[in-house]
Formats: sequence, structure tokens, C-alpha cells
Amino acid sequence: MRLTPIDIGSFWLPRQTSTLAPEVDAGFHVVYWLSVGFFVLVVGAMAYFAVRYRRRREGEKTSSIDHSTALEIVWTTIPALMLLGLFAMGLKGYASAAVAPAEALEIQVTAEKWLWTFTYPNGTTTVNELGVPKDRPVRLVMSSKDIVHSFFVPEFRIKQDLVPGAYTTTWFQATEAKDVAVLCAEYCGTGHSDMGAKIIVMDEPVYKDWLEKGGGASDLPPAELGKKLFTQRSCATCHSLDGSRIQGPSLKGLIGRSEDLEGGASVKVDENYIRESILNPGAKIVRGYPAAMPTFQGLLKDREIDALIAYLKSVN
Amino acid sequence: MSVIAADDDLEGAPRPRGTNYINAERGIVSWLTTVDHKRIGLMYLGSVLVAFALGGFFALLLRLELLSPGHTIMSANQYNQAFTLHGAVMTFLFIIPSIPGALGNFLVPILLGAKDVAFPRLNLLSLYLYWIGAIFTLSSIVTGGLDTGWTFYVPYASTTNTSVLSVTFGIFVLGFSSVLTGLNFIVTMHKLRAPGMTWYRMPLILWSLYATSIVQILATPVLAITLLLLMAERVFHIGIFDPALGGDPVLYQHFFWFYSHPAVYIMILPGMGIISELIAVHAQRKIFGYKAIAFSSVAIALVGFLVWGHHMFVSGQSEVAATIFSFLTFIVAVPSGIKVFNWVSTLYGGSIKFTAPMLFAMCFLFLFTIGGLTGLFLGMLSVDMHLHDTYFVVAHFHYVMMGGTVTAFLGGLHHWWPKMTGRMYSQKLAAVAAALYFIGFNVTFFSQFILGTRGMPRRYYNYLDQFQPLHAFSTFGSWLLGVGFLLMLYYLLKSLKSGAIAPQNPWGGKSLEWTDAASPPVTENFEHRPVVTEGPYEFNEGKS
Repeated sequence: MRLTPIDIGSFWLPRQTSTLAPEVDAGFHVVYWLSVGFFVLVVGAMAYFAVRYRRRREGEKTSSIDHSTALEIVWTTIPALMLLGLFAMGLKGYASAAVAPAEALEIQVTAEKWLWTFTYPNGTTTVNELGVPKDRPVRLVMSSKDIVHSFFVPEFRIKQDLVPGAYTTTWFQATEAKDVAVLCAEYCGTGHSDMGAKIIVMDEPVYKDWLEKGGGASDLPPAELGKKLFTQRSCATCHSLDGSRIQGPSLKGLIGRSEDLEGGASVKVDENYIRESILNPGAKIVRGYPAAMPTFQGLLKDREIDALIAYLKSVN
Repeated sequence: MSVIAADDDLEGAPRPRGTNYINAERGIVSWLTTVDHKRIGLMYLGSVLVAFALGGFFALLLRLELLSPGHTIMSANQYNQAFTLHGAVMTFLFIIPSIPGALGNFLVPILLGAKDVAFPRLNLLSLYLYWIGAIFTLSSIVTGGLDTGWTFYVPYASTTNTSVLSVTFGIFVLGFSSVLTGLNFIVTMHKLRAPGMTWYRMPLILWSLYATSIVQILATPVLAITLLLLMAERVFHIGIFDPALGGDPVLYQHFFWFYSHPAVYIMILPGMGIISELIAVHAQRKIFGYKAIAFSSVAIALVGFLVWGHHMFVSGQSEVAATIFSFLTFIVAVPSGIKVFNWVSTLYGGSIKFTAPMLFAMCFLFLFTIGGLTGLFLGMLSVDMHLHDTYFVVAHFHYVMMGGTVTAFLGGLHHWWPKMTGRMYSQKLAAVAAALYFIGFNVTFFSQFILGTRGMPRRYYNYLDQFQPLHAFSTFGSWLLGVGFLLMLYYLLKSLKSGAIAPQNPWGGKSLEWTDAASPPVTENFEHRPVVTEGPYEFNEGKS
């Protein structure tokens, strides 16, 4: 998956493209300026004292003031009250993020090494691309098929782990029709940093149309569609086209090649072997490689499998 | 163990006068069978410095790889192994044993006016356990590596085919070393104080080591149990954490952080103790707020047990739990703040000399303040949703662990080096090294705050092109840091060969290691058992 860039909004933070982002950022700015203030106070005092009380001769007399209860109380209670304020502010933003509006559109998210699948209420499934309507709350019900992943959308300021064997949820309301980057934020092995997705925020009518067509169906010629799918569906995370070894076998010169399989047999690669490997990857594992590939059963239409095969032939 | 090896090179050089703990016995066997806490401390020092060099080597490799997106010098799997080993070596083999094992062992009995720790043989056993644990941990380098991250999150750690077992076993053994050292210090402080050494006359580093020891003893067994359960799951497929076997992965995170958050205080409290000594001695000023600093150490140790869930705000733990953990996290910030304010106040009205230890202490105040304040961002539930598991977190904990603990360790090393080795090092070169370290550190890690707030996740081999300039800047800083450390190594080793003979009290300290023990001390520390009549910070008579 080619990662979608993050739009930067200010020196510190990405552009705000969800309704939650301004609330999180308000908290960020309060703690930021409070920190700047305390830093200047502490380091400023240190620098001033360092100059003012630098040693001019050995054995000079130094202050004997060894404590001040009043000062201790001041610098215990004032920071404590400020910290309570920060806690309350953080809690308020967190509460907004925790509870989705009842009318929210619900989409299932499944993570696995190293791709994202999204299932919509009408049964449509997309991979690494999440289409959503603008200005409407969207609730994500998420789980993982293998290990812990984390759904991170910098421009929305949301992050939520996906845990195998349990559901977690998050929600957002996008405010701009644009592509928004999704990143995996919980370390998940070889393909972790390539496990990105794209949220396509669309105006309501465009979204309806997009969903009806099955989520960005394309009328590209087969080899070009295949090329697009090859990166978009994360094939490139594990399979190189230049002969180098990543997680899985390189697909350079694939068609017609003879592969030794685990268990001693061998297979001559043809269209059927590629199709089988996409839909049932555990059936014939090339010797020396882990059985790590997820199945794309139900995630790729026949036309898309044909397109991938056409693309692989074209780069042979 | 460069320090010990260098001892044999000293033949031709002018030697410190008389017999001391270093030359009292000769030969490698006398070192390996010693029960002298100072020799054990010195062997710890050599060992943790080797571990630090190894961890630092991995860090430089990582930064070099991150110079550009995608492949620069290594593959994704090699990168994952390199950051795992960097983290595991730095945490378990360097930071945790560094100050207690090396400086603590050397100092605790001397500062108390005792001949040795309460259980000298147990102390030697701690060191041996450290070595055994280190061998198991490092054996992973040649037996297939380890790619789980130092946190061993499941189910990844129960399914990866790298050497999880040898490393977790190694850390299990290291835990015993840590517990035994803590136990030894607590008993020593209770039972072996010299006549007149009341609790409030103890130097503040002892209070912080005492608080550290409590955490070591109470928290480390939880890690040991967690790692045993993880091993049981991997070997016998007993379902504890892996949902495929009926387990719960979030349970693992609770267990792990129940140790590993208190472990953060195992790492920082001893550093805070060192800073109290350095500031008071090099400003020749009575410490400000002795009791506030002493009891804030204890408060940090106790409240520190109750905040582990702030590592898990987005893990899927309940909202109520997250709220409580956030609240307690802000509470634990208060005693750290109290310490900083008291240290700065100690500079008021002092006689500040910019010796190498003082420069490191001021570096510490600068860097630790940033490290502490950026922790507040992460304690806020809403802001943490954005910053969790980004480079902001990486920068934050490096400002605390390296900017805090490592800076304090370096300051302590420069402060007690004359006492430990009997030699002075070049103050000029030390000042240059401190400056390189300070600049290199900020270049390396401040840029990572910006990467993090802009959305760069941590543990990423590949990254968006837009982050390349900041990554390159950070990598450049890592080279400055590397040069700074090489310079330190150079003048410290050189001091062993040709440094000036250290006087008994080069800095004008008032605690027992300076007033009553030679540089270096004799085997049982004192010619005459010291009798203590006043506190360790009575600098205000106007003579040094």
C-alpha cells in the first residue's frame, strides 16, 4: 500500500479534518503553553542563578536557607491544581471520542498482517480504502484476525487498538472531502510501516454512488487495474517485483517458473496456481517461506484476480 | 570491563599512594571471587558500559537506517531486530542496573559509614546473575534474533519464530539480580549505618536508592511471573494471553506495565538521587528542602505503582479504568515537580562552579524538565489518543531515560570517578564532551517531538517522504552524540594512565566518601570507623 500523505495544519499538528480534532488540539495547546511557561520558569531560574551565584573565589559563604514550608506548599498546590485542570480537559475530549452519536453509520473494520478490510452495512467490502460520507458520524467496530494493530488517523486525532478476540470501537465525523491517511500505530512485524490505508471522504451523493458500485469499482484495462490493486491491496508489502526477498517469494519472472513446495512437491506457476495462491494461500507454500499470507477470498472479485494475473504477466 | 583491564596497564604510571581496594589483591581470580562492594561496583560499571556501547551501536544503526524512507542499510526484519535489541539491552542490561549496580554498590556502604553491604556474597551473586542473564539475552543475536520489541506484546510474542525464549529467560534471571541488589541495599541502610548516621543525615542519593529498592523488590516478581506465563504459552500452548488459545492479550499488557511502569522509576529515581548530590556539592550550598526531596522519592515510588494503565489508553481497556489511570498519572507528576523546584532553589545563594559534574547536573535539569512536561501531554486522555505510539512518545521517554537517567549517571560518574579510580580527568575535555552531548541529544530527540505530533508512528521501518528532513536531522544529532561519547571514553581512559592523582576531597564534599575515605578507598573503606555528628550538606560555614 502506498502511504497517503498527512496534511500538516500548523507547525506542530496535522490539518484538522474531523469534528474531534479542534477539541483535542485545544487540550494540546493548553498543555503546550503551560509547559513552555514552566520550562522558562525552571530553566530561566537555573540560568539566572548559575550566572548570579557563579563561584568567584574558593570558600565563599553560601546561603544557609535550607527549607521553606510556604514555598513547598506553593509549588505543590499550584501545579497540582493546574494538573487537575489538564486531567479534566483530557477527560472531556476523551468522553467526546468515546461515545458515538446514535445515528452514526456503522462500518466493520478488520485488521490482519498487513492490510485493512472494511465492511459496509450493505455487505460491500473494500481493502485498504475506507469510503465515508462527509459531515456524517461514522462508527467503526473493529477487530483483528491475528495480532494487535492500531487504527491511527492523524488528521482526525483518533487512535484505537484492534485486539484479536474482542471488539473495540472508535468514531469520527469528517469535515472535508479529501483523502485522509490511516496508519497502523501498534507494532506488528515485517510489514508494520507499510500497513496504511486511505479514508476517502466524499460528499453524501458521491458516497452513495461509490458504495453502490461496490466501493470504487474501476473500468481500467486489466493490466492497469492489476497494477493499481497490486499496491492498494498490500501485495507489494510482501512480494517484490525485482527479485529481492521480502516476506514472501518475489514475483519477478513468475509465470512459467517452477517452485519447490513445502513437503517436497513442486509446481509450475500458471494462472491457476496464482489464483489458488490468492484465494487459498496455505494450499501450496513455497519452500522456505512462512505461511503468512491472508486469504483474499471475498476481497477480490474475479475480474480483479484476472487483472492481477494480467499485470503479473505484463511485468514478467 | 575496560576499567579493570586498564588497571593492568598502569604498571609504569605514577600510582596512587598506598594500598587501596584496587591494588590490595592482584589477578583476575581475586576480582571474580571478591566480596568487596567497591570491586563489585567497578565490575558492574565495566559491564553496564559495555552494554551501553552495544545498545548505542544499535541506536546508531537505527538512525542510519532512518536517514531515508524504505531501505537504507538494512531490511525491515533486520530493522525490527535492531530496535528490539536496542530497547532490551538499554533497558534491562544498562539503565536498570546502571546507577544501583555500579555507583550504588560502590557508594551505599561508604555513604553510610559501613565496611560493606549487609550481604556481601549475595552482592557478588547479583553480579553473576546479571552476567548470566546478559548472556541469555544477548545469545539471541546469534540464534535468530528477536523482533517483538522490548515489550514482548502478545500475541505477536507468542507467535513469532524469533528467540523469545532465551531473551525472556535472560530477563527473568536479570530480575533476580535486580531484586537481590534492592534487598541488600534496604537491609544495609537499616542495619549498617555508622554511629550518628540518622535517617535524616543520610545523603539524598540513599533515600532515592532506598525508594528504588522498594520498587525493585515489589515490582520485579510480577515481570518474572508474566515472562514465565509467556514462556508457558509458547512452549506448552497454555492459553493465557493468546486469544487463539482462549487467552486475553490486554491482560498481558496489564501484567507487563504493572512492572514496567514502576521500572521507569527504578530507572529515574537513582538519577534524581545523584542530582541532589551534584548540585549541593558543586554549588557548596546546603540542599534546599531535604525532607521534601527525600519524601517525594518515596511518594513517587508508591504512587508509581498505580499508574501503569496510562500506557494503555487506546488498548481497549475500559473508559473508567483509563480515567482513573489518567488522574493518578497527574498526581505522580507533583512529587517530580517538587524535586525540580527544590534543586533549582538549591542553586540560589550558592557558590556554583562549572565542573563537569555540575554541567551534567544542569543538562539534567534542562532535559528532565522537558521530559517531565511532555509526559503531561501523554497523561491527557484526549491528547494521548493522537500522540500514543508516535515519535512524540519516543522523544518523551528518551528525554526522561537518557536526558534524565543517563545524564545523571554521566554526572555521577564524573563526580565519583576520582574517588573510584584515584585519578582526575581533564575538566576541559569533559566540558567539551558535555556540550557535544547536550547539543547532540537535543538535535536527535527534539526533532522527534515534531515528527510525533505531526503523526509519525514509532517502530516504522518505512515512512512518508514528508518526514525525511526531520529524520535526517535526528540522525545527524545521533552522530554528535556518538562523538561526545567517544570523547568521554578517551579522556576517562587516559586519566587512568596519566591523570593527576586525585586528592581525597577534590570537590569539597561533606559526605563520608569525601571526608573519611581515601581516593581510592581502602578495602573496608575507612581507616577508623566514622562517627557522624552532622548532615551531609553543611556547607554554609564559609570554608570548604
